[in-house]
Amino acid sequence: MATVDIRDVRKAFGSTQILHGVSVGIEDGQFVVLVGPSGCGKSTLLRMLAGLENITGGEIAIGGRVVNNVPPKDRDIAMVFQNYALYPHMTVFQNMAFSMKLAGAPKEVMEREVQKAAKILGLEQLLHRFPRQLSGGQRQRVAMGRAIVRNPQVFLFDEPLSNLDAKLRVQMRSEIKELHQRLKVTTVYVTHDQIEAMTMADLIVVMNHGRIEQAGAPLELYDRPANTFVAGFIGSPAMNMMEGRIEGGAFRGPGGVAWPLPPGAPASGEVIYGIRPEHLRLDPNGLPASVHVIEPTGSETQVVMHLGDASVIGAFRERITARPGETLPVSPDTSLVHLFDKGTGQRI
Amino acid sequence: MSATAAEGWIRKNQEQNWLTRLLDWKPFLVVMCLLPAVALLMVFLTYPLGLGIWLAFTDTTIGRSGVWVGLENFEFMMEDPIFWNAVFYSVFYTAVATVGKFGLGLWLALLLNNHLPFKSFLRAIILLPWIVPTVLTAIAFWWIYNPQFSIISWVFIELGLRDSNIDFINTAWPARWSLIGANVWRGIPFVAISLLAGLQTISPSLYEAALLDGSTGWQRFRYITFPMLLPILAIVMTFSIIFTFTDFQLVYAITRGGPVNSTHLLATLAFQRGIAGGQLGEGAAIAVSMIPFLVFATLFSYFALARRKWQQGESND
Repeated sequence: MATVDIRDVRKAFGSTQILHGVSVGIEDGQFVVLVGPSGCGKSTLLRMLAGLENITGGEIAIGGRVVNNVPPKDRDIAMVFQNYALYPHMTVFQNMAFSMKLAGAPKEVMEREVQKAAKILGLEQLLHRFPRQLSGGQRQRVAMGRAIVRNPQVFLFDEPLSNLDAKLRVQMRSEIKELHQRLKVTTVYVTHDQIEAMTMADLIVVMNHGRIEQAGAPLELYDRPANTFVAGFIGSPAMNMMEGRIEGGAFRGPGGVAWPLPPGAPASGEVIYGIRPEHLRLDPNGLPASVHVIEPTGSETQVVMHLGDASVIGAFRERITARPGETLPVSPDTSLVHLFDKGTGQRI
Repeated sequence: MSATAAEGWIRKNQEQNWLTRLLDWKPFLVVMCLLPAVALLMVFLTYPLGLGIWLAFTDTTIGRSGVWVGLENFEFMMEDPIFWNAVFYSVFYTAVATVGKFGLGLWLALLLNNHLPFKSFLRAIILLPWIVPTVLTAIAFWWIYNPQFSIISWVFIELGLRDSNIDFINTAWPARWSLIGANVWRGIPFVAISLLAGLQTISPSLYEAALLDGSTGWQRFRYITFPMLLPILAIVMTFSIIFTFTDFQLVYAITRGGPVNSTHLLATLAFQRGIAGGQLGEGAAIAVSMIPFLVFATLFSYFALARRKWQQGESND
């Protein structure tokens, strides 16, 4: 177990800058999720942690030791790959024991350690099988088993659940989290799925275009997104955002609709007004929204509405019987409205 | 306008004529599609093979159709030291050349699998020895090995390392090794390119995983590359062994089986006896004697190497 310090790390492939100076401090035993859209540099950062990519600038320290020039095998890390990277010609046992075999461990030690990891992951019955003969979830577990056997200081996960179906993904998500709670090993986990990030992380690092947009606890990111990118990325369905200006104590959105302002809002200026779908509520005195599409999910009803010229999504606990074209009065919970500067996109 | 035309369009119920129905009839279609291939194989493969086997049991010579003589040709062959010499050299030639081709070919493939400057150019160059007609290769090597004008001899003499020409093909053992050298040179590209294709099917993430597992370069080759390459290696080796064992052109063009029959392969000896010597029956018998070797080589690499449990499907437990 160890801390991980990423200090002003840069990466360039030729003249293409991938990472523009990224700094994250990870505490011992923390579960950190790097999240962002494709091409944001999160996987590159993880591969730099693993030592599979060179570091162009800055420093990475694991357990206080700078590892910039330390080869992957000496960094005391274990990685779970997106495609699992199981050795197809080895059985599950051989896959898990491979690192020990290379290190020349005696047979009894290999047997003992593999059995221990297999027990944690429920793989005891599968040890003699080849990866080909396993289901997706089982392969995923073997890949984790291979990492556990190494008994590393840091676990690295590179989008490990993206090849699984939706149901299995939810199940493996909680298995990974449970495993982390049990082993308490520092973990860095890369995903593009914000729900995975929200449910698993102690610390979420939201990345975009090779920069960190915001780093913080999941609910902190949800409650106080630092900018419009994080606001739009965290939360599902995504936050409604409208450009407009503050005038006469209200926000004038597209089409001139007057939205109520949160307490402490500036008196004037060009802003972006953000409200999460779940923070809109039905209110007889609210704004008249014309219903466009209704999507009942059972636990809640999502409604796409037109308010002025803006298309707004609302998520309501109530069952809504309105039909498309009808009017639904809604109002935002003003304490949960987010205002962003229109020029910079930063939170006001 | 086009919209109204599209709305007014109705699919016509097509009346099928007898030809359409015949072509839709699967048995007819199967026979029609197979016929050209079957005909070609019959004319150019089955008939010559059958004729060869038939001739092996007759005393046919050029200009005289023979009569059935049973195993007489084979009995004669068994007591013929030149035949046994050809058997020995065929096996020796195949074994040594295969080892050479695979050693160097695998080494080249591994080199070319790295990121090199001018990679595609190098890969194209590697193929050159293979696309040159064999007879041209043979003539080139004939000159290289020439007792008087050999460029290798010339270089050695110019460098002061020797004071006489090297004897490449005028005595038995040097000639045998020289021919193997020419065959290896010609065979490397096929092996290298095939194995390179095999190497490129190995996922790079396996190497990354092995890197994190603490492997050295040799261990990655030993535990990842080699076992994963084995199925392709087996197939390429089967082909290579068959081509080498049945080689004819190189040997015939460079030494014609000489000196004193020391470099005869079974194929060149069969040709020598059957066509040049006119003893068609005897030549055919020698050619037929290659069949068991080839069947054995094929079965061996196919069963011993090609099928691996880890390549098979899920339901195998």
